[in-house]
Amino acid sequence: MARSPRALTLAAGVLMLALVPVAAELLDQPFYVDLFRRIMIFAIAALSLDLILGYGGMVSFGHAAYLGIGAYAVGVLTHHGIANGYLQWSLAILGSALVALAIGAVSIRTSGVYFIMITLAFTQMLYYLGISIEEYGGDDGMRLAVRSQFPGLLDLRNATAFYYLVLGILLLFLLLGQRLVDARFGMVIRAARSNEPRARAIGFSPYRYKLTAFVISGAMCGLAGALLVNQTEYLTPEFMHWTRSGEIMFMVILGGIGTLMGPVLGAAVFLLLEDVLSAWTVHWQIILGPFLVLVVLFAKKGLIGLVPDEAAPGG
Amino acid sequence: MGEPLLEVRGLTKSFGGLIATDRMDLDVTEGETHAVIGPNGAGKTTLLSQLSGDLRPDAGLIRFVGEDITHLGAPARSMRGLARSFQITSIFKDFTALDNVALAVQAHAGSSFRFWRPARRERALREPALEVLRTVGLAERSELMAANLAHGEQRQLEIAMALATRPRMLLLDEPVAGMGLDESQRMIRFLQSLKGRQTILLVEHDMDAVFALADRISVMVYGRIIASGRPEEVRVNPEVRQAYLGEDTLL
Ligand SMILES: Nc1ncnc2c1ncn2[C@@H]1O[C@H](COP(=O)(O)OP(=O)(O)OP(=O)(O)O)[C@@H](O)[C@H]1O
Ligand SMILES: [Mg+2]
Repeated sequence: MARSPRALTLAAGVLMLALVPVAAELLDQPFYVDLFRRIMIFAIAALSLDLILGYGGMVSFGHAAYLGIGAYAVGVLTHHGIANGYLQWSLAILGSALVALAIGAVSIRTSGVYFIMITLAFTQMLYYLGISIEEYGGDDGMRLAVRSQFPGLLDLRNATAFYYLVLGILLLFLLLGQRLVDARFGMVIRAARSNEPRARAIGFSPYRYKLTAFVISGAMCGLAGALLVNQTEYLTPEFMHWTRSGEIMFMVILGGIGTLMGPVLGAAVFLLLEDVLSAWTVHWQIILGPFLVLVVLFAKKGLIGLVPDEAAPGG
Repeated sequence: MGEPLLEVRGLTKSFGGLIATDRMDLDVTEGETHAVIGPNGAGKTTLLSQLSGDLRPDAGLIRFVGEDITHLGAPARSMRGLARSFQITSIFKDFTALDNVALAVQAHAGSSFRFWRPARRERALREPALEVLRTVGLAERSELMAANLAHGEQRQLEIAMALATRPRMLLLDEPVAGMGLDESQRMIRFLQSLKGRQTILLVEHDMDAVFALADRISVMVYGRIIASGRPEEVRVNPEVRQAYLGEDTLL
């Protein structure tokens, strides 16, 4: 059966990610497990953003908020002696879903620059809240005493186990995302992005669908936050800084907005470049910035847009 | 003549100082094709937008199938059987023609809070959509991106989307605007084929289309209906000739 180059890219990418711990072991470079786990965590965040940004046309410039909520859910519970991961991660997901519900309920009634400003303002509020709570380290943040514990399931102190858990979650979200955007639900938010007055004229009330998508997206990103704080073993309000929201959006646009693989690719390229360039010069952003501009100018559909979606005829 | 399907009473809408709809009354009977004509800026589109729920009137009443729908939004009115086409073509450009119509079917086929099954593989959506595309003559073009259809085809697609909601009444805003002679002839013939089965409120500048289709004509000037009646009555109405038709042109 003919497969599209993009499907092959996906298969190759998954295989590559699956082999990272093996390669790291062989090369005796455990650092790669850490780096690629970090990449996948941000891939989850970027993927969640693209569900509402690319498919729903909602320019959320505050996605770091959910990263923060997820991280604080884990960090705060640990601080109070509750290290149970099931509990922590459930709280991360629920908490970010609730915050997304509140932010979405207000912002989705607006559009354009207002939408961007409202999502940004809410996130800044949470950021300053994080800074102001001395109990949890204020703007210095605090160390995570232990990683989330999943008794009987796996031990996150084991770098490889943690890695494969993140990979599993990423693949699950790719699958869920694909089903979601192709299902009736996804068709409604995509139609509303394409032409909202038309969507309303044929009988859709886009608001509740968009709000639901917003909440799902927030919840996914909340889980990414829970993963991130386990990755860094450090809780800091910096997770919610607006530049973080910008970076996640960067990844989506770089990889290819309105696709599911795009954000994953974008996260990988962004963080790998950051890794390579920052080892080379402290002014790595001076190089990364123009690179993004070039991609946006010459590859309008992002890097994934360079890979054809259709199988070549007869191929 | 039975109960009017659509009743408009005292409808008023102004934009700043400009009164676009001026205490308007209008009845549309089930099954008729009712044309609204009038010079540019008379307020025809503004009227249609208030009927479809895209614009809120300042005052007045809109009753549809006996129900006061004045305060309902556009989606709720679509659910009750009102479907519109826009003067400036409004379609989902980055979807295929079939997707466009299937979306209209979907909006009227139960809940869309379904997260798992691919909508493009739901026969309950695709088959009725293809059927409607066939009736407007776009079946062969079903897999094309809507953006890549010719202008006339996009207008047809818009009507297909409206029909796919199985409306009780169609609100059409200049369906043959910008069409070539052949295309507009085809559209007129298609709308003729709907006559009797479908109640239509037709806003149109093209007098060939109006006289080919209308059972009744209302003439609108400065937000008011100045004359209403059967085509042959309106054609000879001196006030109409004076206000709108520019003496002896057109008619
Ligand atoms: N959103 C708006 N804001 C301000 N003025 C408006 C708005 N929409 C319409 N108008 C004005 O209201 C009047 C009626 O406009 P409308 O579009 O309803 O006319 P029309 O009869 O459809 O004209 P045409 O035949 O050119 O389509 C015009 O003077 C127009 O400029
Ligand atoms: Mg008009």
